Amino acid sequence: MQLPNPEALLAEITAKIQAQLQPNTALVGIHSGGVWLMNRILDNIQQNIPHGTIPIGTLDAALYRDDYAERGLKNEPKPSNIAFDVRGKHIILIDDIFYTGRTARAAMNELFDYGRPTSITLAVLINRGGVELPIFPNIIGAEILLTPKQNLQLSQDSKGKLHLTLEAYHA
Amino acid sequence: MKIHIKNGHLIDPKNNIDAKKDVFIVAGKITGIDQCPDGFVANQTIDATGLIVAPGFVDLSARLREPGSAHHANLKSELRAAAAGGITSLACPPDTNPILDEPGLVEMLKHRAKLLNLAHVYPLGALTRKLEGKLLTEMCALTEAGCVGFSQADVSMTDTQVLWRAFEYAATFGYTIFLRAEDYYLAKEGVAHDGEIASRLGLKGIPAAAEGLAIASILRIAHATNTRVHLCRLSTAEGVDLVRQAKQQGVQVTADVSAQHCHLTDHDIGYFNAHANLKPPLRSMRDKNALCLGLKDGTIDAICSDHTPVDDDAKLLPFAEAEAGATGLELLLPLALKWAVDNQASLFDAVAKITSQPAKILAITGGHLSLHADADIAIFNPTLEWTVTASQFKSQGKNTPFLGLAMLGRTQTTLLHGQITYQHS
Amino acid sequence: MRNLQLDADGKLKHLLTIEGLPKKILTQILDSAETFVGVAERDIKKVPLLRGKTVCNIFFENSTRTRTTFEIAAKRLSADVINLNVGTSSQSKGETILDTVDNLIAMHADMFVVRHSQSGAVHFIAQHMPENISIINAGDGRHAHPTQGLLDVFTVRRYKPDMHNLRVALVGDVLHSRVARSEIHALTTLGVPEVRVIAPKTLLPADVGKLGVQVFHDMKAGLKDVDVVMMLRLQNERMTGALLPSAQEYFKTFGLTQEKLSYAKPDAIVMHPGPMNRGVEIDSSVADGSQSVILPQVTYGIAVRMAVMAILGGGA
Repeated sequence: MQLPNPEALLAEITAKIQAQLQPNTALVGIHSGGVWLMNRILDNIQQNIPHGTIPIGTLDAALYRDDYAERGLKNEPKPSNIAFDVRGKHIILIDDIFYTGRTARAAMNELFDYGRPTSITLAVLINRGGVELPIFPNIIGAEILLTPKQNLQLSQDSKGKLHLTLEAYHA
Repeated sequence: MKIHIKNGHLIDPKNNIDAKKDVFIVAGKITGIDQCPDGFVANQTIDATGLIVAPGFVDLSARLREPGSAHHANLKSELRAAAAGGITSLACPPDTNPILDEPGLVEMLKHRAKLLNLAHVYPLGALTRKLEGKLLTEMCALTEAGCVGFSQADVSMTDTQVLWRAFEYAATFGYTIFLRAEDYYLAKEGVAHDGEIASRLGLKGIPAAAEGLAIASILRIAHATNTRVHLCRLSTAEGVDLVRQAKQQGVQVTADVSAQHCHLTDHDIGYFNAHANLKPPLRSMRDKNALCLGLKDGTIDAICSDHTPVDDDAKLLPFAEAEAGATGLELLLPLALKWAVDNQASLFDAVAKITSQPAKILAITGGHLSLHADADIAIFNPTLEWTVTASQFKSQGKNTPFLGLAMLGRTQTTLLHGQITYQHS
Repeated sequence: MRNLQLDADGKLKHLLTIEGLPKKILTQILDSAETFVGVAERDIKKVPLLRGKTVCNIFFENSTRTRTTFEIAAKRLSADVINLNVGTSSQSKGETILDTVDNLIAMHADMFVVRHSQSGAVHFIAQHMPENISIINAGDGRHAHPTQGLLDVFTVRRYKPDMHNLRVALVGDVLHSRVARSEIHALTTLGVPEVRVIAPKTLLPADVGKLGVQVFHDMKAGLKDVDVVMMLRLQNERMTGALLPSAQEYFKTFGLTQEKLSYAKPDAIVMHPGPMNRGVEIDSSVADGSQSVILPQVTYGIAVRMAVMAILGGGA
């Protein structure tokens, strides 16, 4: 299968996010891919909006996952860090791959424990199909339909360049 | 009843016999060794081919829990265990409930043991009333009732003046005093050897010096009062050294070690294994090695089982709250044999440590197979391998740190007065 | 002997002692604790991990302080919490510890936090628990207090992240201290190259050097160039008697003052598991001083306990 160039997809969603920016917008990345994307998006946006800083945050959502009872706490959870006041913000939640929707649900639940945002927009690099909840991303770089046996992963090399790899799922 | 034990290998340390010899028994007495008495026709023949025929074993310390602690064990269960272990004579410490400080209690115990006819029971009377270390017991009356010596069991004497007088009084009549040497204050509340293991586990330790200190004062008093003293259950290297020196200086002292302490160290406590909660505590590897060596060079005269049946309720507790002690009657033989194997001692030496030597300390008639002696005999297989499990014990005490371990050597047949009291199936 | 704390896959099943736990597990707990530190700063100071689970605090030995931190940790994980002060009452009525345990099992709690005055008692209880129940040792006799040991190394790691390049000194009553034993095992497991103990000989256990520590009896020599000073609590009943002549003399010789602290590195941190005896083991000016991290220890204590509970409570 020919995978799209993630750098091109990043440029695409960056443009879409830029179009939605409002005075009260904040960016929140979901660990780990969503945080890489958020940082790259922020760099690009801030080139165009020199004045003012957009508040940013990171979420892990490990403490809100619905598979905790079966799989336990994951080995290396990353701390969530939402240093700004969530109340009244238009939050753009950024993740790399959208699949079942469960990570997004967990992330939204966690976000609400910090306060009540005005709105949440979900931006993803790729929607791989297979959603199991009534949740759908608002901003999508590309749609690639995959089977449950396939595992699509975003990685970042030492120079900060993004890569996509597709492999058989190691159950 | 005439019994012929044939084709066995006879080991009788007192008579210095270590050879293939048949044994002939008539009416409970030995009537022939290697030579068939005139007109002997056996009613029963025991084939001891490949087995060792030895005097019935003599145990210097076995708690039978009578009178008193029936929840732990009773006389019948424990004497059956003795028979199963090849033990035909045993001394029991006075820490029963009530304490053996009255002639009537001793008579009752002797009487009940005699009715069971499973082993000779030799009580050690309390040295002081209620073992309180204050008032002397009626040692003469207790001796008449059947006591073979006087002991404080696990209770340390703190008042050296009382100890001195008890020694003087016992010496007056030639009695032997049996003491487990442990300084009361240094051992107070302690449950394990004061070393790395106790430190790691946060258990209150008993320093090795607690034994050395007590031995030094006991030996000093024994020497000064010219009293025969037997030191029970040595556990430390310094204890062995002190006894060795005292023997060289002519002090009338003998000593024993428990079969557990010949093989185990404080490392066997592992992670709070209450089976390894013993009195005295299991000590370091260096101590254990010194005990084994002391046995070999004769500093330590005998190995005892230190049989202490403890019921599950008293063991199923956090380590320090669990009652100390292990079942031992049925393990005395294999553990003595293992000592010999591990320390390049002979089978003959191992048998001596559980027959002639303890009999000499107790000054009893058993422990040998001379002509006309009582036919108290243990026939055992020294190479039979078996695994220790709780269910096979005849003793009501099922707890021992050796559970699950392999043993070499097992009693096949035990005879008391020429009557079979145990037959391994 | 099988390590009772780990299941067949090497995952943490009970937390009984730090001794014998692999470095990987300690690191997992500390890393997870990082994610819980921030929870206390949110609008809603709760995460839903242990929703529907019951945590039972059983204290055979009373300690409101420690029990409260476990209670807060469990509640912040959304667990239901039951507190039981068994004290000595039921024990003195002839109920054995196993009777008590059977009663507790019948309560269908998912996790027990247990404190007991006897070394090994919590391990003993864990041995008699059914498969699906986890035990956290909240202190057993002089043996172990693993969550305290973990929160202490968590604090150290936050202030001095390069654990492989540290000198740590424990000062005071090591003999009676379960905290000291857990701290020593946690520090050595995480690779701290030099752990020292400083105390009079009466307050050190036999062969303490074999736990992997260097022994000092003098504050000046013992504190020289250390990065972390961990003070230990001296129980009231031990201040005067055969272990020590008086609290005053102890303070003079082993109490941490600004002057004695000056032997340590200038950026050394000072820790204490609490509650402190000011003017006995530590001077107020040090306890409240700029090098003290005693209050952060308390805060981190909740995060570390949350991490332990979250790791034990999840997974089939």
